[in-house]
Amino acid sequence: MIDPRLHYETPLLCTPFHARTAALNKLNSWVPWAGYTTALAFDDVTTEYTAIRNQATVYDLCPMRKYRITGKDAVSYLDHLTLRSVSKLKTGHVHYTAWCDEHGKLLDDGTLFRLREALFLLCCQEAHLPWFLDSAIGFDVDVTEVTEEIAALSLQGPCSCAVLKCAGFAEAAQLKPFQVAELPWEDQGTLTISRTGFTGDLGYELWTTPDRALELWDLLFDAGHLYGLRAAGTSALNMTRIEAGFMITNMDFIAAGQAVRNDRARSPFEMGLEWMVDFEKGHFNGRRALLDEKRRGTSKWALVGLDIEGNVPAENALVYHNKTREVGHITAALWSPAAKRNIALAMLERPYHAGRSNTLWVEIYALRELEYHKLMVKARVAERPFFNPVRRRATPPADF
Amino acid sequence: MTSYDAIVIGAGSNGLAAAGRLAKAGRKPLVLERAGRPGGGAQSHEFAPGYRVSSVAHLLTMLDPRVEKGLNLAQHGLAYAARTMATTALSTSGDHLVLRGPYGAHLEGSISERDRAAWTELRRKLLRFAAVLRPLKDQAPPKPGHGSLTELVQLARVALKARMLGRDDLREFMRMILINVADALNDEIADERLKGVVAFDAVLGAHLGPRSPNSLVLILNRLAAEAAGETAGIALPKGGMGAIADSMSAAVRAMGVEVRTNADVCSLIVENDRAQGVVLGHGQEIRAKAVLAAINPKNTFLDIVGHRHLDTETVRRTRNIRTRGTASKLHLALKDRPDFKGADLSTRLVIAPSIAAVDGAFDAVKYGAFSPDPVMEIIVPSAIEAGHAPDGHHVLSAIVQFAPFALNVGWEAGRAAFLERIMATLDLYAPGIRALVEKAELLTPADLEERYGFAGGNWHHGELAVEQMLFLRPFIGAAHYETPISGLYLAGAGSHPGGGVSGAAGWNAAERMLAREGRA
Repeated sequence: MIDPRLHYETPLLCTPFHARTAALNKLNSWVPWAGYTTALAFDDVTTEYTAIRNQATVYDLCPMRKYRITGKDAVSYLDHLTLRSVSKLKTGHVHYTAWCDEHGKLLDDGTLFRLREALFLLCCQEAHLPWFLDSAIGFDVDVTEVTEEIAALSLQGPCSCAVLKCAGFAEAAQLKPFQVAELPWEDQGTLTISRTGFTGDLGYELWTTPDRALELWDLLFDAGHLYGLRAAGTSALNMTRIEAGFMITNMDFIAAGQAVRNDRARSPFEMGLEWMVDFEKGHFNGRRALLDEKRRGTSKWALVGLDIEGNVPAENALVYHNKTREVGHITAALWSPAAKRNIALAMLERPYHAGRSNTLWVEIYALRELEYHKLMVKARVAERPFFNPVRRRATPPADF
Repeated sequence: MTSYDAIVIGAGSNGLAAAGRLAKAGRKPLVLERAGRPGGGAQSHEFAPGYRVSSVAHLLTMLDPRVEKGLNLAQHGLAYAARTMATTALSTSGDHLVLRGPYGAHLEGSISERDRAAWTELRRKLLRFAAVLRPLKDQAPPKPGHGSLTELVQLARVALKARMLGRDDLREFMRMILINVADALNDEIADERLKGVVAFDAVLGAHLGPRSPNSLVLILNRLAAEAAGETAGIALPKGGMGAIADSMSAAVRAMGVEVRTNADVCSLIVENDRAQGVVLGHGQEIRAKAVLAAINPKNTFLDIVGHRHLDTETVRRTRNIRTRGTASKLHLALKDRPDFKGADLSTRLVIAPSIAAVDGAFDAVKYGAFSPDPVMEIIVPSAIEAGHAPDGHHVLSAIVQFAPFALNVGWEAGRAAFLERIMATLDLYAPGIRALVEKAELLTPADLEERYGFAGGNWHHGELAVEQMLFLRPFIGAAHYETPISGLYLAGAGSHPGGGVSGAAGWNAAERMLAREGRA
């Protein structure tokens, strides 16, 4: 055990996969993520991105916050905590959900795994233990942060199922999207595999304990050799998540618990998550405010996908109505190699997200050799995901 | 089946006031009281054969005139054994100082001319400041940013009143409103007895010492109130505080209100996120479109509403309501007249010889101990009117400070020791009093919680302190008698303007309900 008073000597921790990721990180390109050293890129971002879309990749998920919820009232607790109906989530299934404060503003989003009848795992971007514990007052549940108890790898790409089969987890092929199963791992123990991911592609997330992390890594790389398995960093992952249209807390919206400015918090309606708000399940945190917002139509913003003319990524650009009135900003942008479109996620003032969206222009400052080229290009609201291959849903997945 | 327009939980002064206000408006409320009789903290009991005392509060300082007149309490038996009671600042030497008239309009006893003049000026200032704050007590607290026009007009009236103080007094008002009572006194007065009694009054019922910030505003709160028609007066109802319980329940019953005792509400019926009635302990459901909870806000939210209907923030705020009770109640059955070195027993007797004495007494409670040298407010009702004790005998009632709700050694172990310290203190001021005691009853803050539902033993159902006043009482989001559950109103002392047997919170809550009903 490290003396907690000496925390400053190791401001960033290493994940259980660090020995392997460090060996592969030719660029020595690291980025802090939730207190861990994580790879931004290993050797070439484009190659890593291409591998996610064409081969198979592993991505070290360990810094993601993970919470274990158990106990008699686990379902009613999670129903009260989160927006979706947890009673409808079957054992062995996963759903994407989010949770709000009393004002109906998003605190975070994440994936909720129902591993057993009364055993859940909630994975998300930000730390929420005090919130989860305070929300548990009056419920017979046990909420524990298990971030450090779990080593997680995301195995993504068209060949990911093939790699798993090769590694001895043939039954993984039967998993439908958003299913999770505990599969026997050779002669000892089990490996929890879920058909989930952040790339919008065929993919799985693998959950084990830190002591078996390197064993899992080596097993996958042995099995994936012929499938072009490689490690992917956060830059490549970010490209794919924009193509998939996924948002990231504190990048596409500010978590209500952290927003310093009053007007920065966003409601689920404003983030395109109205489909997950279940008003019929009884009271949940933020319900009164959300019902009020819905009834009175007071949502101010809308997160939308944009299709932008040209091929210059519109990162950090402002969005205008008729080139004059500022109506929002880009939160993530990319020239999408898979979709062959210049795409973005944008936070737009209502009602410019809908009816009047043919009037949208994006002002891009393209930095070219120390000079900004100011571009005013047309944009239109586009359906998300921008890239949505059939293989993402097919069960069993084809071998590529 | 009888149907009710509203259910009032708790038949204390606020519950009965709320029910009375609703009945006046032609509504039909049902009052449910857990105990065997109505009254809450405003009742009397016999603690020894033939000896009756006011159970908790023993003097009236802030009964809301809207309640007293609106419910015609005089017609229903409320009379006064004493109005505008004087206060005697006791001295061990017998050199007592008596404050006569409303809050010491005249001082009797040996005190310097300089102090007399200084007190006259300080008292004038405090009463003027209190008058500015007075209108706030009769209305729902202002809602910063979201007030209705009427509320804004009411608030503007308070601001105008403050402005009308004139330049010098307004500056003094702004300077003094949040300072501590010790500084305010030390700036002007030299006499320790006088300073002691005012400092004591400021922190009576609070978890504050006289040097704690914001302690002066508590004395202003008290001076803003009236009792028996006298601003800043102190009154003793005939027969003790039981007269409040009796006259209020008689008044509301005369208006057709049903008051049901031994009715323990265990949960709220919530349908479509609206309060629709309550469930009693034995499972009986009683339905009504509105429920007014004139009980502790902690019980209301955590036990009766339940966590499942509340947002996490509301649960947090409810649990964080500070409810540290520091006052104990002492009842002595005496076989003869006690002698406080010649003090007039028909006055309120205060043992608080100096600011330092009050501050020192408070010090102990910060560390979980009771004061080794407690300060106290004593009355001897049997010396004022007959009927409190057998002939020739007397009954003494005292509010004793300070003692914590959770005593470091536990109350079972510490009770006798605390009583001994109280008796030792009393013996200094009334030598020989120990020999007169036939029976002593000491109610610690823990006893007060158990008997009367005062969470933490705090008789305001949440400390009355600046950070828990007005729109912060009991907390933001529930400070205007309304709660996140529509149809559920907070009508108890935990809401503005607080406790002290006034009925104001209940009255205001009922008015809020009627206004909401009109708008719905």
